[in-house]
Amino acid sequence: MEKQVVDRAQQAFLSGRSRPLGFRLQQLRALHRLITEREADIVAALKQDLNRSRFDTPLFELIGLENEIRLAESSLSEWAAPRPVKKNLVTASDDVYVQAEPLGVVLIIGAWNYPWALTLQPLIGAIAAGNGAVVKPSELSSHSSDLLKELLPQYLDKEMYQVVTGGIPESQELLRQRFDHIFYTGNSIVGKIVMEAAARHLTPVTLELGGKSPCYIDKNCDLSVACRRITWGKFVNCGQTCIAPDYILCEPGIQQRVIEGIQQTLMEFFTDNPKSSPDYGRIINRRHFDRIVGLMEGCTVALGGQTDSSECYIAPTVLTDVSPHVRLMQEEIFGPVLPIVNVSSIDEAIHFINRREKPLALYVFSSDKKVIKRMLSETSSGGVTVNDVIMHYTVTSLPFGGVGNSGMGRYHGKHTFDQLSHHRAYLIKSLAMESLNQARYPPMSPARLKRARFFMQTWLCRNREKSLHFYFVCLISWTRRSDLAHPIVK
Amino acid sequence: MESHGKVIDRLRTAFRSRVTVPLEFRLSQLRSLLSLMEENEAQILEALHKDLAKPKFEAVLSEIEMVVNDICYAIDNLKYWVQPDYVGKNLATKLDDCFVHREPLGVVLIIGAWNYPLQLVLLPLVGAIAAGNCAVLKPSEISQATEALLAELIPKYLSQECFSVVCGGAEATARLLENRFDHIFYTGSQAVARSVLQAAAVHLTPVTLELGGKCPCLLYGQLDIPAAAKRLAWAKYFNAGQSCVAPDYVLCSRQVRDVLLPALQQALHHFYGPQPQRSVDMGRIVTERHWSRLMDLLGRSGGRVAIGGESSREERYIAPTVVVDVQESDALMQEEIFGPILPILTIESLEEGIELINRREKPLALYVFSDESKVSVSTVLEKTSSGGFCSNDGIVHMTLPGLPFGGVGASGMGSYHGRWSFETFSHRRGCMLRGWGLEKINVLRYPPYRDGSLSWLRWATTTKKKGWSSCSVM
Repeated sequence: MEKQVVDRAQQAFLSGRSRPLGFRLQQLRALHRLITEREADIVAALKQDLNRSRFDTPLFELIGLENEIRLAESSLSEWAAPRPVKKNLVTASDDVYVQAEPLGVVLIIGAWNYPWALTLQPLIGAIAAGNGAVVKPSELSSHSSDLLKELLPQYLDKEMYQVVTGGIPESQELLRQRFDHIFYTGNSIVGKIVMEAAARHLTPVTLELGGKSPCYIDKNCDLSVACRRITWGKFVNCGQTCIAPDYILCEPGIQQRVIEGIQQTLMEFFTDNPKSSPDYGRIINRRHFDRIVGLMEGCTVALGGQTDSSECYIAPTVLTDVSPHVRLMQEEIFGPVLPIVNVSSIDEAIHFINRREKPLALYVFSSDKKVIKRMLSETSSGGVTVNDVIMHYTVTSLPFGGVGNSGMGRYHGKHTFDQLSHHRAYLIKSLAMESLNQARYPPMSPARLKRARFFMQTWLCRNREKSLHFYFVCLISWTRRSDLAHPIVK
Repeated sequence: MESHGKVIDRLRTAFRSRVTVPLEFRLSQLRSLLSLMEENEAQILEALHKDLAKPKFEAVLSEIEMVVNDICYAIDNLKYWVQPDYVGKNLATKLDDCFVHREPLGVVLIIGAWNYPLQLVLLPLVGAIAAGNCAVLKPSEISQATEALLAELIPKYLSQECFSVVCGGAEATARLLENRFDHIFYTGSQAVARSVLQAAAVHLTPVTLELGGKCPCLLYGQLDIPAAAKRLAWAKYFNAGQSCVAPDYVLCSRQVRDVLLPALQQALHHFYGPQPQRSVDMGRIVTERHWSRLMDLLGRSGGRVAIGGESSREERYIAPTVVVDVQESDALMQEEIFGPILPILTIESLEEGIELINRREKPLALYVFSDESKVSVSTVLEKTSSGGFCSNDGIVHMTLPGLPFGGVGASGMGSYHGRWSFETFSHRRGCMLRGWGLEKINVLRYPPYRDGSLSWLRWATTTKKKGWSSCSVM
């Protein structure tokens, strides 16, 4: 079945109809209508999948998607236009440019934590770039996947963009097929499987993975604002965000104030009984609930800690005196549990971060420019927000993606378009001006070799400015035909 | 001899010490590399001659000068490349700093190929150095003299703590690939590329694959055939056809073919004289195994040798050869030729040619010779795909540092040359620096949620006009 889906998408792509900008714009508009007209259905599905509040859904998924579609619509002709490349004297009469072209059929594998954003945002880029697509939403957010499968063919070209639902067997079958790009959002373990499957067909991949995003709080900062922002970013979607601050690093001296700041913010956000707040989510399923509860074992609870397996509810929890060696610190938490690890200095914090895999995001809270500079220059991560969390995700002109274990490739805005395009290099010459080419042809003579070298050194123009007069003289000397003698034979 | 693991550990320690990060270090290494090229030219030419009987002319143009130019280009521009890119902001982030910062990846692996043994290792190295990485170089063991020369010279000129050359064959490469790198840059064949990619998947290492394929060359419509023949012959027989971007086969009408053949003959005579085997400008096949492979292809071909066909096993020589009456099912059309044999397939129409091209894997390069640029060039462009495209010439598009050089589909992934090499070996980190103020605006995003705040948010974050980057959550 999966093979047929892919074949259909390929036939649709080969028909050429996804190439004209008019088609792409029409599909983008249709996608926009899907989101706006069916918002209520999407909200209902997410409520069932993740107990997402009706405010969180537009806030974290739909508004962003609408903005991305609008951006693509307004910028598509610019993105798809030839991008001229700096020319030099020899190519002055040629056309030299790079042009983005569609790749073909893209496989988009979404994740369950933001089932709409993480599936449709890559799709927007795939459509804008003129590709066909097969979308495989996560089976864990089953209400959203079923809804997407129902809705997409109602709005978009049925063959060009198809949805495949199902679990591991269906995903595996899809990964056996050949695609022109695979865009995967999820965890590193499956990321490796996806890349390995892609290797068989030499398919390029974009992997948006995760990791433990550290959050360093310097003693020199506005602690109450910091705590509020961190609390927001950590507990939104019940901690199930790839760029949620995973753990805090701070000096022991400020730990108590950090805990108090978080506590106060939690009160403001969710009242003293988060379980009853309509704005607090749930863990996606029992398996993940058990996993997170297991991670908390043996740690000191400073805030929260209550759980209810019947609802997959875990209270917003802060843990202290966390040793770097516990299991909690070895894997991405992906839940509403926030460990605080003490470090004695920024050096220790940097060292701590660098001993671990490069994270998807890194957060620094400080009013000291030197601290910020050191953190940025001495660590690596997919992205960074300083003095807030998550927000770098929201600026579409910033590339969003991981590095090392947190992923490869980038997207958002124009970056998605570029990621899902082939940037073909063009040199359009004419058959005239053949005399200029003489320098590179055999037969060799020492004089010709010298001229050819000179030719290479200047016409490749190591980007140094030379006067037009200089070039003119070179041009004249190259076009002399006096030593086009017979080849030198052995 | 140091084990691979130890070499990589040493380089990683150096990388972690951040010695490669400062601009000055990178520039000094690039300058040293430039000195390596300038001071050892004679040895380089000798090694290339030993490996491939590479004509001096070709070696200078395609290996020495290309590398030297790329190094100079990097030295001149690096200070611009490392600058952060400040990006467009929106209303909500007006007071913030949003920029893209390019960072080194770590320890990268560069696996070269034998056909341009120097260029295919050193051009990526220029990018790796410019981007602030450490690198392990694995030149091809088939071009042994160049491999040995690189192993000797690199440690003399570059920091031994940061750059290392590893020699050996397929087994050594496989062992090397078991280690973890931060990027793998591979030039070579599709078969090996699959195992490189599989090895990279184990560590989630990003890769650049510069592969090959059959680069079609379409001659269509009105065209100046003698000029086309010269350029075609030059591009095809350069390095005895052993270039990943050499025109692999020609598609043209019968009429064009009949005029092309004598024009090619004339161009070849001009280049190599009446006896190409005796010309210093004609290269040789790299090994006897490849020579046999090519002779076997020629032997199994159903076409007719119209030009050339002579060969010599002792010299690993094959004359510049043109074969006509070749069908799509011919032996010469089943794999990348990578030798001085040019099949010509006749087509009745442009569409037929395009369909033939599209039945095959996307090539690394696609060539069209025609004076009718609007029709044939545009039509072919729109209906095909390839790594790069050049009209009315061959190969030269890869010599322009402003153009990205790379494949698509089976011909590869990623690109390099010039600034593109620097980008390949960099991580583009999206950074946002916020202040403490405007917390009142942030309130809109915090729970407890109310209908009112949602509609404010919608209003505030809707992209209102072209050119504003949008913000999805305040």
